[in-house]
Amino acid sequence: MEFLANLINGMSLGSVYAIIALGYTMVYGIAKMLNFAHGDIIMVGAYICFCAVSYLGLPVIAGILLSVVGCTVLGIVIERLAYKPLRSAPSLNVLITAIGVSYFLQNAALLIMGSDPKSFSMILSLPALHLFDGRLTISATAVITILACVAIMVALTMFTGRTKMGKAMRACSEDRDAAQLMGINVNSTISMVFAIGSGLAAIAGVLMCAAYPTLMPTTGSMPGIKAFTAAVLGGIGSIPGAALGGVLLGIIEIFARAYIGTQLADAVVFAVLIVMLLIRPAGLLGKPVNEKV
Amino acid sequence: MLSVYNINVWYGAIHAIKNVSFEVNDGETVALIGANGAGKSTTLKTLSGLLRSRSGSIKFMGEDLMHMPAEKIVQNGLVHVPEGRRIFQQMTVEENLDMGAYTQPKESIAENLERVYAQFPRLKERRRQVAGTLSGGEQQMLAMGRGLMANPKLLMLDEPSMGLAPILVEQIFEIIESLHDAGTTILLVEQNAQMALSVATRGYVLETGRITLSGTGQELLHNDDVRKAYLGG
Repeated sequence: MEFLANLINGMSLGSVYAIIALGYTMVYGIAKMLNFAHGDIIMVGAYICFCAVSYLGLPVIAGILLSVVGCTVLGIVIERLAYKPLRSAPSLNVLITAIGVSYFLQNAALLIMGSDPKSFSMILSLPALHLFDGRLTISATAVITILACVAIMVALTMFTGRTKMGKAMRACSEDRDAAQLMGINVNSTISMVFAIGSGLAAIAGVLMCAAYPTLMPTTGSMPGIKAFTAAVLGGIGSIPGAALGGVLLGIIEIFARAYIGTQLADAVVFAVLIVMLLIRPAGLLGKPVNEKV
Repeated sequence: MLSVYNINVWYGAIHAIKNVSFEVNDGETVALIGANGAGKSTTLKTLSGLLRSRSGSIKFMGEDLMHMPAEKIVQNGLVHVPEGRRIFQQMTVEENLDMGAYTQPKESIAENLERVYAQFPRLKERRRQVAGTLSGGEQQMLAMGRGLMANPKLLMLDEPSMGLAPILVEQIFEIIESLHDAGTTILLVEQNAQMALSVATRGYVLETGRITLSGTGQELLHNDDVRKAYLGG
């Protein structure tokens, strides 16, 4: 039973990583940049939801919506102001800018919200599920998180596979110049990907804080780095890869915490990344493409 | 239809295109020939808006293209099939063709698709296949088909024969001729001068960023300088 409980907790944590990793991987796929400020969008999303619910007294669902809208706009603005002017700059410049944006967001949060942790516990106060005569308890948050991740994956798969915009997005991430020659507006496509990624980060932020209810300006950075690890594990640029990598990483982390030790859990997570990079640098679902003549 | 006047393009400090002027008239196949690095692809990229000229003018059917964004240029009917095919390898054949029709209204896409499949039956057979698994010749057909999906008024082909076996080269040039016969205006960039000039109405020779010669396809084919430089004596 303990094993099953750990597995479900792992999947739930992994679902949060997966949702964040989707943003990382989509942005990398299209803009060929690692948006290290992505983790901090999660934090902003969580703060927006927190403020909406506890200061403005809005219902939880309205708080989540407000947070998604806020982060979507924030993502578009960050891309426009910080990254777009660097579209043809060396990738190192863009990377450093992303780190700068990350610090900016953290310090802005520190300035506005203060450094004392906010408790996020009032969100999602649904009763837990008791199965097998009470021997297995699953929190409602875990179930909702896993379901949200599945729903997001299905929606994204439909979007990228069936819609004109989604296909244009895939075309841009494969070959930006060729996409332009098709008449696709690359700038607005990149904008849209930042919007989707940031909106997802807001959802991840709310879900994460529902499970681990302390909110600080640095809340987003560790999950951000782990989600980045998940994206690399699954194959950066690949949408199913990000989901798979995220869920796997969550399960590994929870199992490491339960059977190896809390202090070592993060070390195990990153050790998995190192092993992966040595054995299969393209990631689980990433495929190196060869040019044909 | 297309008139290019005195364009100059730089890659950083390198002056790649120097005062190039030329014209393409309705219904013509115009060949732009020259050695590797002469500026042929650069010229096409400037026309399609991927690169910008610092001076001169580019007029296409009365529209000024100098500052028009690349996606608007495609909408206006100037379509560029790039060097090296640049198909979307991870998408299926049909998805690639769909992308070619990105600027087209929904109603005309099915009709265009039928036309392209009639021209390239092989693509129809493989329409659900991932494009990266096609052979080189099929990839070139896909690249051309994708260009045709945009309903081009002027189709620019950059090195369509590059890297193909001789039999496939012939097949590609037959397709170019049949497009020409069907009334498509074509601007053809080629290193294979022999083939290009034999299908061209007119041609221009580009050398280190300048146009050094021009004439009808047949004139250039029999010009001594051209023969020496590009046709092996």
